[in-house]
Amino acid sequence: MSDILNSTPGTTTEGSTHGVRILLEAVEKNYRGQAAPAVNGLTLEVPAGKIVAFVGPSGCGKTTTLKMINRLIEPTKGRIMLGDDDVTDIDGDQLRRRIGYVIQAGGLFPHMTVEANIAMVPKMLGWDKKRISARVDELLELVSLDPKLYRRRYPKQLSGGQQQRVGVARALAADPPVLLMDEPFGAVDPITRQRLQDELLRIQDDVQKTIVFVTHDFDEAVKLGDWIAIFSEGARLVQYDTPERILADPANEFVEDFIGSGAGLKQLTLTRVNEVTLGDVITAQAGEASSAVLSRLDAAGHDNVVVVDDRNRPTQWLSRRQLQRTATVDNRIDDDLPVVGIRATLHDALDTMLASAVGAALVVGRRDTLLGVVDVSVVTDAISAARAAAVEAPAPDAPIGTNTSAIDTVPQPHGVDTAPSAALARSSDTGAGDDR
Amino acid sequence: MGDYLEGSLDRILFSSWQHFSVVVQCLILAAVIAVGLAVLVYRTGWLRGVADNVSAVGLTIPSFALIGILIVPFGFGVTPAVIVLTFFAALPILRNAVVGLTSIDPALVESARGIGMSRAGILLKVELPLAWPVILAGIRISAQMIMGVAAVAAYALGPGLGGFIFSGLSRLGGANSFNSVVTGVVAVVILAIILDLLLLGLGRLTTSRGIRV
Repeated sequence: MSDILNSTPGTTTEGSTHGVRILLEAVEKNYRGQAAPAVNGLTLEVPAGKIVAFVGPSGCGKTTTLKMINRLIEPTKGRIMLGDDDVTDIDGDQLRRRIGYVIQAGGLFPHMTVEANIAMVPKMLGWDKKRISARVDELLELVSLDPKLYRRRYPKQLSGGQQQRVGVARALAADPPVLLMDEPFGAVDPITRQRLQDELLRIQDDVQKTIVFVTHDFDEAVKLGDWIAIFSEGARLVQYDTPERILADPANEFVEDFIGSGAGLKQLTLTRVNEVTLGDVITAQAGEASSAVLSRLDAAGHDNVVVVDDRNRPTQWLSRRQLQRTATVDNRIDDDLPVVGIRATLHDALDTMLASAVGAALVVGRRDTLLGVVDVSVVTDAISAARAAAVEAPAPDAPIGTNTSAIDTVPQPHGVDTAPSAALARSSDTGAGDDR
Repeated sequence: MGDYLEGSLDRILFSSWQHFSVVVQCLILAAVIAVGLAVLVYRTGWLRGVADNVSAVGLTIPSFALIGILIVPFGFGVTPAVIVLTFFAALPILRNAVVGLTSIDPALVESARGIGMSRAGILLKVELPLAWPVILAGIRISAQMIMGVAAVAAYALGPGLGGFIFSGLSRLGGANSFNSVVTGVVAVVILAIILDLLLLGLGRLTTSRGIRV
């Protein structure tokens, strides 16, 4: 009937099924006895192979929207497309076997072993035992659980984070092109949550699924989402854009409130040290005469010198005063140097800077070799550049996202730019796929 | 007493076996009927209420009276005994099965739907296995209860140890009458203990390690 339903999922991650585009076309959900529709004429595209985060206050319809994708909730009106296939009217159970689904705490069956839980969907699809067993091993390794140790355990013998991992493994079992996640990391502690988020990003690098992720935590959406859809009451799509652009240019006061304070700080987590222009440093080797180093500092107008070893790895960071006290540069190794890696976010860099005596952080690349320095001016320049870029250059591949018959429930404040965001306006222009 | 036991050992063993057999068979029949009914009603609020009330009210009916009433249409014999035993056994099982099926975390059922399990698949592979310990607890209560009711059923000339008790009571003071009553009562208690241990073992074997407490 359709490519999605007939495709034979690969048994290895190398040959795994990549994500397909999801398109909700003017979907609507009315509950009996409720005047206002839970979801009202929503048209939304989720690009193939991307992570889209649905955020919004509780009761805004984001979970309802998610559950309409795998038809756990049947839409009252509208169509659902997966790739090029219309899945609005096919058998719901068959559809759901081809869409991964993860809920809070994994939703594991407590009376089944980890192995049996993961094997559920492949069994329903009629895989043979050998293939299922190999797949279970492969998936447990993918989510960083040793198959030998965990296969035969029961969910109650796992920690919350481990249960969540098994939940993700189960959702990926039949290698579905699409993964739906309903606040999956809501029930774990903050440290575990962060680890699971990093893990999800790593797994996504491998498997390239189309992931829809519901959360009420905006920071989580910023971290995980390639795109963020912000909903208000009635699943009204308020803004659908990249995290960078939402932070730099919130569509209205509702979005601003939702982002909360510290939009600038959140932006810091989106930029990595290797994306900014680093400051220069003066370097010296152990054993050099202090006077020579001081004259180099004078010439460059710097106040500090970085002492490096023979492989260009920083060992000390000396001020003029420290230099003047000795005749030659010594070969001590300072263990508390403020150093960040090239893949660190500006947020991490700023954190390191604030703790350092110099008020800046050294950046090291491969094998800890010195690349330069990052200080407050580098960070502020990077942020204003990122903001300007985000506002001026809209993403060229922005997905469709509109409300075809939206009721405006967001109060429009005075004195604030309440025009629809550039993304929404653009989306309407390019919304050739919808049926308006 | 010793002479009495020696003299009627064959009869005691045969009646014990009959007693045990009728109890187990009625228990199985009751479990099938009760779980079936529970599956039919547990997802509808008012039907759940009806089931709850029926099992509460049903248990207040004196078993002796019910047997007496049933003798009118069915006559003396096995039929009224089996009906009464199955009826009483079904009540606690029905109640426990409804409780067991309704107390399953709705998130689990939704998770099962979310991975594409059919309604029947969810019932057989998720809901019933999870409710099983509670259902089995109901079966154990029923087993204890109808072990005693089965003795009363001997009034309708049903099979089992009730005969010892009734014949003893009817000629109390006569030769061996007291021995006969004591033998019947003790044998019923011993059978009840044996059956309970068997059900306990069954529970160990059939309850997943993942949900054992």
